[in-house]
Amino acid sequence: MSESELLLKVRDLQIEGRSDEIWNPIINGASFDLKKGEVMGLIGESGAGKSTMGLAAMGYTRDGCRISGGTVEFDGIDLVNAPAAVKRSLLGKRIAYVAQSAAASFNPAHRLIDQHTEAPVQHKVSSKSDSEADGIELYRKLRLPNPDEIGFRYPHQVSGGQLQRAMTAMAMACRPDLIIFDEPTTALDVTTQIEVLASIREIVEEFDTAAIYITHDLAVVAQMADKIKVMLKGDEVEEAETREMLSTPKEDYTKSLWAVRSFQRPQKPAVHTSATPVISVQNVTAAYGKVSVLHDVSFDLHEGRTVAVVGESGSGKSTTARCITGLLPPKQGHIEYDGEILPLDYRKRSKTQLRQAQMIYQMADTALNPRKTIGELIGRPVQFYMGLTGKQKRRRVDQLLEEIELEPDTYYSRLPSELSGGQKQRIGIARALAAEPKFIICDEVTSALDQLVAEGILKLLAKLQDELGLTYMFITHDLATVKSIADEVVVMKDGRVVEQGPKHDMFKPPHHAYTDLLLSSVPEMDPDWLTNLLNERGVDNIGDAAVGKM
Amino acid sequence: MASILRIIAQRLALGLLTLFVVSIVIFTAVNLLPGDFAQAILGQGATPEAIEAIRNDLGLNDPPLTRYMQWLGGAIQGDLGNSFAQANFASFAGTDTGSGLASVASQVAPRFENTMFLAGVTAMIAVPIAVTLGVLAALYRNSIFDRAANVMTLSSISSPEFFMAYVLILFLAVLNPILPSLSNIYEGMDFSERLTKTLLPALTLTLVVTAHMMRMTRAAIINLLASPYIEMARLKGISPMRVIVKHALPNALAPIINVIALNLAYLITGVVVVEVVFVYPGIGQLFVDSVKIRDIPVVQACCLIFAAAYILLNLMADILSIISNPRLRHPK
Repeated sequence: MSESELLLKVRDLQIEGRSDEIWNPIINGASFDLKKGEVMGLIGESGAGKSTMGLAAMGYTRDGCRISGGTVEFDGIDLVNAPAAVKRSLLGKRIAYVAQSAAASFNPAHRLIDQHTEAPVQHKVSSKSDSEADGIELYRKLRLPNPDEIGFRYPHQVSGGQLQRAMTAMAMACRPDLIIFDEPTTALDVTTQIEVLASIREIVEEFDTAAIYITHDLAVVAQMADKIKVMLKGDEVEEAETREMLSTPKEDYTKSLWAVRSFQRPQKPAVHTSATPVISVQNVTAAYGKVSVLHDVSFDLHEGRTVAVVGESGSGKSTTARCITGLLPPKQGHIEYDGEILPLDYRKRSKTQLRQAQMIYQMADTALNPRKTIGELIGRPVQFYMGLTGKQKRRRVDQLLEEIELEPDTYYSRLPSELSGGQKQRIGIARALAAEPKFIICDEVTSALDQLVAEGILKLLAKLQDELGLTYMFITHDLATVKSIADEVVVMKDGRVVEQGPKHDMFKPPHHAYTDLLLSSVPEMDPDWLTNLLNERGVDNIGDAAVGKM
Repeated sequence: MASILRIIAQRLALGLLTLFVVSIVIFTAVNLLPGDFAQAILGQGATPEAIEAIRNDLGLNDPPLTRYMQWLGGAIQGDLGNSFAQANFASFAGTDTGSGLASVASQVAPRFENTMFLAGVTAMIAVPIAVTLGVLAALYRNSIFDRAANVMTLSSISSPEFFMAYVLILFLAVLNPILPSLSNIYEGMDFSERLTKTLLPALTLTLVVTAHMMRMTRAAIINLLASPYIEMARLKGISPMRVIVKHALPNALAPIINVIALNLAYLITGVVVVEVVFVYPGIGQLFVDSVKIRDIPVVQACCLIFAAAYILLNLMADILSIISNPRLRHPK
C-alpha cells in the first residue's frame, strides 16, 4: 500500500474510562489502517468498545474517557495530540459522524436543512444557499420523499428511517474523506433498514468516501464492508477481508459469533383443533384515545406453545399484549383464559386471573427497580401472589434463581446495577415465573441483547417451557428469533393480523406479500445479498416504498 | 397553531378560576385579622357608640357573605371600593355630605405604577446579566470563572436585602456619591431623573434575583450537554460557544423562562424591605401601612393585585415555554 493512499493510521490505541475515581481500560491496544475509499466493519458485542474506538478515530473521547496511549493519524495529522482548534477544523469537514439514533442526534429545535448547512457554513466550505441546494440534491440521491421540502421540517416531523438518511446526507455535506457510522440501522425495522443500507452504500461509493461501519449485526456488516475487524471486551480479535472472514474465520470467538443462529427448536406437532386454548384473543379492537391501533385482532395460544407475533414498530404487537394483560381495555372483543372470559380491565380481575398472565419486558434495565436487591425483586411477587413469607419465601426465591441458572448465594443480595444485561433479563424471567403463571408475554426480550447472550436467553426460555409447560407469546421484529423458537407465527401490520399459521408454513412460500417482504428483508450473511436483492426488486421498490405499494 | 390558541385559552380560564379562589382566601384571611379599623383609628379612649357608628357607616356590621359579594361585584367592574383611611368621617358628626371619599384605585394606581417601574428597570438589568452569566458559567463549567460567579451570586442572595442595600448606599452614595440614596420619586418627574433615583434600589434587587436565574440557566444548559445532539454538534466541529448558544440554549428555554417569571413576580410583590430602605413609594409600603391601620379595602386590593401578578406572569411563562417547543409550534 503506498503512503499516499493511506487515510487513517491507528497504532496501539489505548483508551481508559473513569468510574469511581479509578481509570479502567476500555480499549487495550488496537491498530488498523484505512485507505481512501475503503470501508471497514467494526463488530463485537456491546461493551466491546466499538463506539469508543470509532469516536477515537475522530480524535474525540466522551466525558470520562481519555486516550492513554497509542496514535491516531488522519492524513498525517496526529489527532491524539492536536490542539482542540485543529481537531475542530477537521470534524464535520473532513471527518464526519453518523449516530445510532438519528431521532436523538438531530437537534429538536432546528430544521433539518439548517442543521445540514451548519457544518459547511461554519467551516467556510460553502455559502448557506449553495449548501442548502446541495442538501436537497443529497436528499434526492438518498431517495428521501419530497426532497425539496423535507429539509424544512423539524426532526419530530420526519420518520426514523428518513432521519437516518437525512443524517447520512448531513455527514456528506462537506464531502468528507472519512465517515464513522455508529450502528446507523440498529434502531430501525428490517424493511426500513434495507433502504438506509442501500442509500449509505450507494453514496459512499459515489463520493469514494472511506468509512468505519460499527455494528453488532454480522449480516449487515457483510453487505457494507470491504474488511472486518472483530473486537471483544476492548481487545482486537482478528481482522480480514470480508469474504475471507465470512468463509474462514480463524479465532474461536469469531467462529462462535458466526454460529450463533444455529439454535433451533424442533417443531411441535399441530394442536388438536378441539383443544381449549390457554389464551384466546377474540375480535379485539382497541384505541389510544381517538387513535385506533388494533382492528379485529383474533388468535389463539395453546398450552406449551410459543406463538411469535411479528411486525414492524407501530404494527400493534405491544398493544395486543397490553389488551391481554388488561392494561388497555379493548373497545370491542374480549380475551378468554381457558375458555373463561376475562374482565377487560386488569383492576377488575382476580388475583388468580392476574397471576396467570405475566410479562417480561424488552428493557431489563428499566423494568427492575435499581434500589432493590435481586432477592427483594423476586421475593415480592412470591409473597404477593403465593403468600409465602420468611424461610419459605427465601427457599422459593433460591429455587427460582436456580431455574434461571444463577447461583442463589452469589446473586441473592446483589443490586441490578451489579449484573450484566443478560443476567438482568434472567431476573426478569424469574420474576415472571415467581407468580407460577401458565402464560408469559415476552416483549422483545432479546432485542436489546447481543447475539450470544440472546441465544442463552432463548435456550433458557425453551428449557423452562419444556419443564413447566409454559405458553409464550413472543413479540419480536427479529425473524431469526422467530425461526429459532416459535411454533406458530402471527404477522401483524397496521393493527391487523395479515397472516397466521404454524411456523413451517410461514417460512415456506406462498405467503402474504407483506410476510414475504419482511422475510426477504432480513439481511443474510452473504456479502452479495443486498446487491442481489436490489437487482431483484429495483432500487425504488425496497423498504417503505414497497410497504406503501401494498 | 389552533392547538396553541386552545391551550392558551384553557390556561387563561384556569388563571381566572385561580384568581376567584384567591379572592375568597384573601377576603377570609383579611377578616380574620384581629382588631378593626374603627378601633384602630379612634384609639383606646373611644366610646363604644363612636366605634359602632363608624362600623355601621363603613358597612362592617353587614354579614361577611354580603360584604364579600359587594366587594367581588365591585372588583369585577373595576371598582375596588373606597379607602377607609382617606374617608372623611363626616357621618360620624352627622354631617355626611358624601364628598371626600378617596377610591382605592386612586391610592393604589400611582404606587403600582412605581412598583412596575422599579420591577421593569430591575428586570432590564438582571435578566440579561443572569442569562449571560449562566451561559458563560455553563461554557466554562468548573473553571475559576464558574466558581467565582456562583460564589458571588450565592452570597448576594444569602445576605439580607437591607444589608445589600446599605452596602450599595455606602459604596455608591456615600463614599462615591454617584447615585442618590433616596428614591423619593413623585409624579411629573422627568424620565432620566426618575431612572437615576430608581437605580440604587434596582441594583439591590438585581443582586437579590440574579442568583436564581443564573443558576437555573447554567443547570438547564449543563443538563443537556450529555444529549446525543450536543455530541453531534461537537462532532461537526462547531465551536463550544456556538454549541451552547445555538444547540443547548434553545432547548433549555422552558425552565429558564419559568424561573425568570417567578423572580419577576417577586419583584412586584416582595420588595417592601428595599422600598423602605430607599423610601421608594411602591405598592409594598402602601400594603404594609394599610395592614397597620386595618384599611381593609386597600389591603384586599393589594393582595388581589399581587395574586394577579403571580398568575399572569406564570401564565406568560407557560405560554412562552409552549411556544419555545417546536413540537407544539409545528405539529406533525
